[in-house]
Amino acid sequence: MPLSASEPYDLAVIGAGSAGLAGAVAAAELGLSVALLDTAVHTGGQFYRTPAPVMGAVRPEALHHDWSPYADLRRRLARSDVRHLPGHHVWSVTKDVDGEGTGEGAGEGAGPADGPWAVHAVTGADGGGERPVRLRARTVLLATGAYERQLPFPGWTLPGVVGAGGAQAMLKSGLVLPGRRVVVAGSGPLLLAVASSLAAAGARVPAVVEASGYLRYARHPRALVANPHKAAEALVHGAALLWHRVRVRLRSAVTEVHGTDRVEAVTVTRVDRDWRPVRGTGRRIECDALAVGHGLVPQIELATALGCTTRPLPDGTTALALDGLQETSVHGLWAAGETGGVGGAQLARAEGELAGIAAAARVLDRPAHGGRVRELQRRRDRMRAFAGAMAAAHAPGPGWSGWLTDDTDVCRCEEVTAGQVREAIEDLGARDARTVKLLTRAGMGWCQGRMCGPAVACLAARGRAAEPLVERRPFAVPVPLSALAALDDPAMPRPDDQGETPSEPGAAPGGDG
Amino acid sequence: MLTRNSADVIVVGAGVIGAACAYYAARSGLRVTVLDRGPVAGGTTGAGEGNLLVSDKEPGPELELALLSTALWRELAEELPPEIEYEPKGGLVVASDEAGMAALRDFAAGQRTAGVTADEVTGDRLHDLEPHLTSGLAGGFHYPQDAQVMPALAAAHLLRAGGDRIRLRLGEEVTGLLTGAAGEIRGVRTATGELHAPYVVNAAGSWSGDLARLAGVELPVRPRRGFVLVTEPLPRVVRHKVYAADYVADVANGSAALQSSAVVEGTAAGPVLIGASRERVGYDRTLSVEVLRRLAAQATALFPVLAGVRAMRTYVGFRPYLPDHLPAVGPDPRVPGLLHACGHEGAGIGLAPATGLAVARSLTDGEPPLDLTPFRPERFPSAAT
Repeated sequence: MPLSASEPYDLAVIGAGSAGLAGAVAAAELGLSVALLDTAVHTGGQFYRTPAPVMGAVRPEALHHDWSPYADLRRRLARSDVRHLPGHHVWSVTKDVDGEGTGEGAGEGAGPADGPWAVHAVTGADGGGERPVRLRARTVLLATGAYERQLPFPGWTLPGVVGAGGAQAMLKSGLVLPGRRVVVAGSGPLLLAVASSLAAAGARVPAVVEASGYLRYARHPRALVANPHKAAEALVHGAALLWHRVRVRLRSAVTEVHGTDRVEAVTVTRVDRDWRPVRGTGRRIECDALAVGHGLVPQIELATALGCTTRPLPDGTTALALDGLQETSVHGLWAAGETGGVGGAQLARAEGELAGIAAAARVLDRPAHGGRVRELQRRRDRMRAFAGAMAAAHAPGPGWSGWLTDDTDVCRCEEVTAGQVREAIEDLGARDARTVKLLTRAGMGWCQGRMCGPAVACLAARGRAAEPLVERRPFAVPVPLSALAALDDPAMPRPDDQGETPSEPGAAPGGDG
Repeated sequence: MLTRNSADVIVVGAGVIGAACAYYAARSGLRVTVLDRGPVAGGTTGAGEGNLLVSDKEPGPELELALLSTALWRELAEELPPEIEYEPKGGLVVASDEAGMAALRDFAAGQRTAGVTADEVTGDRLHDLEPHLTSGLAGGFHYPQDAQVMPALAAAHLLRAGGDRIRLRLGEEVTGLLTGAAGEIRGVRTATGELHAPYVVNAAGSWSGDLARLAGVELPVRPRRGFVLVTEPLPRVVRHKVYAADYVADVANGSAALQSSAVVEGTAAGPVLIGASRERVGYDRTLSVEVLRRLAAQATALFPVLAGVRAMRTYVGFRPYLPDHLPAVGPDPRVPGLLHACGHEGAGIGLAPATGLAVARSLTDGEPPLDLTPFRPERFPSAAT
């Protein structure tokens, strides 16, 4: 805890999922003052999502595997000095000192940690009552996770079609099922987990439809051998699916959803290795819900707005380029977990801890090395290799757009159809997702292209490999104009003004970080 | 004979200026190839608000260009599809106090002699034009000639309207100019090969200075950064282009310090645009919290109802400007066959048709639609290099 409200935190951690939590706890245990901001009320992120207490869930962990490391982090957080700031929607991180104006290169050579950074957030419930908050920090750890990639198909906007990750989130936080007969479709390792959760919670899952073939993993034997826990995980899900008599259809895709007011059935079609639908193989499956997702996309706009270097991943998404100690190309800014490439909770924990140790070393002006660092780096490298193999195995094939009709909505916020996107590309001179957006409004709506961006980029690439999509979203979340207008207000509340008794600096119990 | 690699004229730049040049050249019967290293409207055009303004211009050559453009945009709105979102909505410039009002009155009097329509609106009548405008303003001026267009779609449809006469080659960067024995233009070189034409039009926006350099001439085009804030979609709460009086002083001001005053306007698609910050910081895309704060503060001061509205996004653009804040339009006597159409700063969308028509007339040896002397590309003393 900083000594006074104007004193910056040593570290601001954005995102309280596995990576952020591990980073915050590690840094605090090394003596740093840490603020941990997250949109949600609870820590845990998407993976360890838990029901609100009013739901009265007796054993939320029953819906999770790998619960004990999270429980351990939560215990350490409770014992630490970390200032947990739930309900904080961070919309921008800027490198400015009290009202900025310093321009390029500001802060260079300003000492070991180069800060302070300004973290801009709004608090308050969605839809009103927002309050602007600004927080200063010497270093920043971005642990903002990922969001689900969606590829459109005819009928995907019908009620009853939910994201695969969304279905799991509904189950974990609300204990509700999206339907009674739920087809799970798309691509990626999440599908098996979602299907087995749904089945365990009582839904019938008539099919899991995976567009890739798992054989692609075989091209990366070393990553597989080095990560036996992943194979074990797959076996657990596989056994659960077997138990619930769920059929997994590989190299297939849901190419159409049927229904008038909501989902009544889906057409499942076989696809070739490029994901091109094979004619005449369509088969109707009755269901009342469809949970669909095509992998996860790193959520990195806070970093790209700062000019951080990115790297393209084999599945067509873009992640932050990080050094051996998780630092981005921007000095004093670290990232961990899915922001560096989707790899799961276990990898996120290792990276978060590593970043926490590295930030602490920077602030305390001492080198980050030692056995723990080397061990974490080894674990990270091993799991990163597997994540790379996974991304390659589930990369969407260029043929997927073959199942789009001209009237399929691609951008649901602005109701832009595939036909309009094609017209922009073929007749109006668009060559990339940005120009398609300018010419059609695809991606200008509420989700700011998170939903349609990958699809538009694929369409703009016209069958070639899509250029890696580097999203520029200067506002990570929408910001009320009144909050923007109040940015220079010296009376702008800092999160510290909430009347809690600060504990003594350095009073954190020593961890083994 | 024209082949795949030859044309009557090559236009470098597929922004709105290049598109207008190509459109009018094609209409004059010329075969045009438009080259751009990126997509259509990938530069300043794609970051523009689509302001077709006469209200912010003092009497002089730029206002003449703007007035001609205003008339041409009205014609284009008939010829191009409605997707360009042309809207003759008019502008409203307001002043908070009597001193500001007096300054506006003087300014408007000068503009009227140049052919601008400017109607004084007293403080108590402002709400007839803008019901959600803040109360207590001293008054303002209504400029019915101000209009709006969707810039990227306008550029795309200008190019498309040229039909077979316009050939688009996107994703191709010009790496050199081809010249003949007497130094006259013979075409351009790109990564994929040579393209032949007796004329090249430099409509490369913020990068026009680089293209001029390839031709061996100096054109001191520099970028000036501007941010635009975009709100969530709203029902029509802002009807005109509304801005505060200090904007007028801003445009003519050459100071490098940050100046901004919000131009607030609704769009056909719903979002309200808040724009017009101006800074010289090179090509720095970093978010400026201070600029956003000013834009938001000024917009909410004009329209208190916007305070609770959310900004969805903000985008940054680089306005190409020349030291005297006038564009370069027309043939460059230093390089026969080279023409310029660049340096329009924040007014390029509005000035595009008049610029395109003037360039097309030059190409066909026609009478220029207005006196181009103030826009001579060679008017800047060349730096000793």
